[in-house]
Amino acid sequence: MSASKHGSLLQTDPHTKKRNAAEKRFRMYGLSAIGIAVIALVILLVSIIGNGASSFRQTYISFPVTINAAEIEAAESALLKTGAYNKIIQTSLLTYLTENDLLQDIPEADAFGMISDEAGATFRRFILADPEAAGTTFQLNLLANGRIDGYFKGRVTAQTALLDQNVTPAQLVLADRLADQGALVKRFNWAFFTNPDASDQRPEAAGLGVAILGSLYMMAVVLCLALPIGVAASIYLEEFARKSWITDVIEVNIANLAAVPSIVYGILGLAIFINFAELNQSSPLVGGLVLTLMTLPTIIISTRASLKSIPPSIRDAALGVGASKMQSVFHHVLPLAAPGILTGTIIGLAQALGETAPLLLIGMVAFVKEYPAAWSPDAGLFGEASTALPVQVFNWTQRSDPAFVERASGAIITLLIFLLIMNALAIFLRKKFERRW
Amino acid sequence: MLPLTVPFFATIGLAIVGYLLARRRALSVASGDIRVLNALPHQHGLNTALSTLLPPLAVMLTWALAVRIGASRDLVLAPQNPAFTYIALIGLSVTGFVLSLLRISRDFRARNASERWIMALLIFASTIAILTTVGIVLSMVTETYSFFGQYDWRDFFFSTTWSPNFRGGSDLGIIPLIWGTLYISFIALVFAVPVGLFAAVYLSEYASPRMRSIAKPLIEILAGIPTIVYGLFALVTVGPLLRDYFAAPMGLGQSASSVMTAGLVMGIMLIPFVSSLSDDIINAVPQAMRDGSLGLGATKSETIRQVVVPAALPGIVGAVLLAASRAIGETMIVVLGAGAAARLSLNPFEAMTTVTVKIVSQLTGDTDFASPETLVAFALGLTLFVITLGLNVVALFIVRKYREQYE
Repeated sequence: MSASKHGSLLQTDPHTKKRNAAEKRFRMYGLSAIGIAVIALVILLVSIIGNGASSFRQTYISFPVTINAAEIEAAESALLKTGAYNKIIQTSLLTYLTENDLLQDIPEADAFGMISDEAGATFRRFILADPEAAGTTFQLNLLANGRIDGYFKGRVTAQTALLDQNVTPAQLVLADRLADQGALVKRFNWAFFTNPDASDQRPEAAGLGVAILGSLYMMAVVLCLALPIGVAASIYLEEFARKSWITDVIEVNIANLAAVPSIVYGILGLAIFINFAELNQSSPLVGGLVLTLMTLPTIIISTRASLKSIPPSIRDAALGVGASKMQSVFHHVLPLAAPGILTGTIIGLAQALGETAPLLLIGMVAFVKEYPAAWSPDAGLFGEASTALPVQVFNWTQRSDPAFVERASGAIITLLIFLLIMNALAIFLRKKFERRW
Repeated sequence: MLPLTVPFFATIGLAIVGYLLARRRALSVASGDIRVLNALPHQHGLNTALSTLLPPLAVMLTWALAVRIGASRDLVLAPQNPAFTYIALIGLSVTGFVLSLLRISRDFRARNASERWIMALLIFASTIAILTTVGIVLSMVTETYSFFGQYDWRDFFFSTTWSPNFRGGSDLGIIPLIWGTLYISFIALVFAVPVGLFAAVYLSEYASPRMRSIAKPLIEILAGIPTIVYGLFALVTVGPLLRDYFAAPMGLGQSASSVMTAGLVMGIMLIPFVSSLSDDIINAVPQAMRDGSLGLGATKSETIRQVVVPAALPGIVGAVLLAASRAIGETMIVVLGAGAAARLSLNPFEAMTTVTVKIVSQLTGDTDFASPETLVAFALGLTLFVITLGLNVVALFIVRKYREQYE
């Protein structure tokens, strides 16, 4: 094999060319792998935001309503109170429509059907909160029916309305006329964050109020239990425990617990907290306990890492001036490790906030319309039935009306915003307090 | 639980009083000059507070547990008169209170005494991890045991039909569920392992620090997204897309929820998992090995393929096993993306179901904890736990062993 056979060094021979081409291809594979991951992320976010962004705006019908004290009294003594209020709304709507000559050939029933079934209850709450309104005429904003809302969001068209039992093409025509009049407007949907869940027939009224409250309660439980227990366990394992088979068992145990599927924690919660300890089903307390057990390994692992990063000279200095081992840990090591512990805790909480599967098993899928109280004499602390943000998303995906898909995506955007804030806070804390020794 | 509220708060109140009293007593013993005391006044206070608080709390916890266990075996352990419990618990509390107050003297080592209590608390906290595991195993084993009392274990493990019927006469064979689980996990890994591995190789071997600082967090965002988000993504976007552009034109099925949908979305979820684990492992390969290979004239890609990856292989295998255990235990993506029909089929565009989906469907809603249709969920859970535990133990073992090699 003499060099002359292969030509000059200035010219790349076919074999080298092949090798260089392979090199280039390999780089391309790597780049495209990153590309795939990033594109997947973009598609995921775009699809969720595209589906859900519209849920933050909702269509309202606004028209003048007149009610007098006698009518209020009659409605309050009626068997179906909200039904009676509905009647008053309908009369007012009819007056408004005929005054502006909007109805024309459209049947009255169609016009009434455009208002959400929730309107009667909304109106009643409004009147009871403000009795002064009796006898006057005032502008009332009521939720439009989910289908009418869908029409303005492009989900419903005249073609689909023909096949749909819940909306008629005539209603869409009337909706256009009302919109021209300025009586049908889309505005920011605060009710989405404050309302409780609503039944299958009224997606327009469904909100995240109970779910957000329930998630907050659970986060409170997780924070109050997982942080102290996790920190105490880490301190023992990292600072005090002598190496023995028991500590080995505990360590292997924690590593494995971190990798146990979350649904297994749900089974544990169902068997131990609900069947054995007889705590209330679907309560934030049980949810919080299950999530605590789930986040404990995460918190322990990150706390131990930050305890480990504190140099031994700190401990030695404390011991040198007469502190006990316990004092050196609690007075010196722990405060220095606090930023790292906090960061790990926030990340653990974020994980717990997004967890769904175990909560399904402990009954948090139940339909809850009442805001759970933090404490009540019957149910105790955090014992009232509640739901949680991710579970509410799951719940809405199981409904038939496509308007709930929009709601579910909107709920996910809300959840992701919460997670974003928590993670940003964690990163900020780490950047601000991180100390290299 | 409620009968314990009164002694609970009484004990806490007594502990606070004890702290204040002990501090004052220590000061008066020292007649105002704390230099003559062996321990600081607040350490005396802490010792009294903890001596008052902890023993009754421990008894309360054990007592509540014993009553519960008794109740589940139809024994009435709770005394008819709750006053007895009150007196016993508060008596215990007062004993600790008085004894620790009496011990206060100039020479009493209150610091060491209080630290012993704190140590007990720390040890208790670290046993919770073990208690959790014991709880998981116990709860599943007992229920599984009563399941196999009602249903033949051979039918459970070897029957190929899954058709639960709450009126009785169900077929509860696990094989179709295992098949669905493994099929979906397989598709997820086929997608996630190459992508994750190549991404890790590129990030650790080729990428500039700038690109690494942008791309790595981006990929890791995928790991922070809750699985319910992936589930909705599968249900709303990926499922219909696969059905309309792949399954329907090829005549493979009309279902939006399918093995492919769930597998693909789960693959996306696993990318950051595989990539960040392999990234760590590739970075742990010593630079000298790369330099040696490059010095012999190998190109960078040849070095990676023939030196770095083989050296990192055990660790990468560990990472893949961990990813597989994740895939098998994943719930929300398959609940929303894979369907509910138990099927043994090879067609990836058909809806199939998994172990986790069936655990959810058997345990949600009104359930009767005596029927095999509900109890089967615990047997499924135990199977899942054993499989994932096995994978985790092997994977952690491999990863740990490999890391030690180069350190």
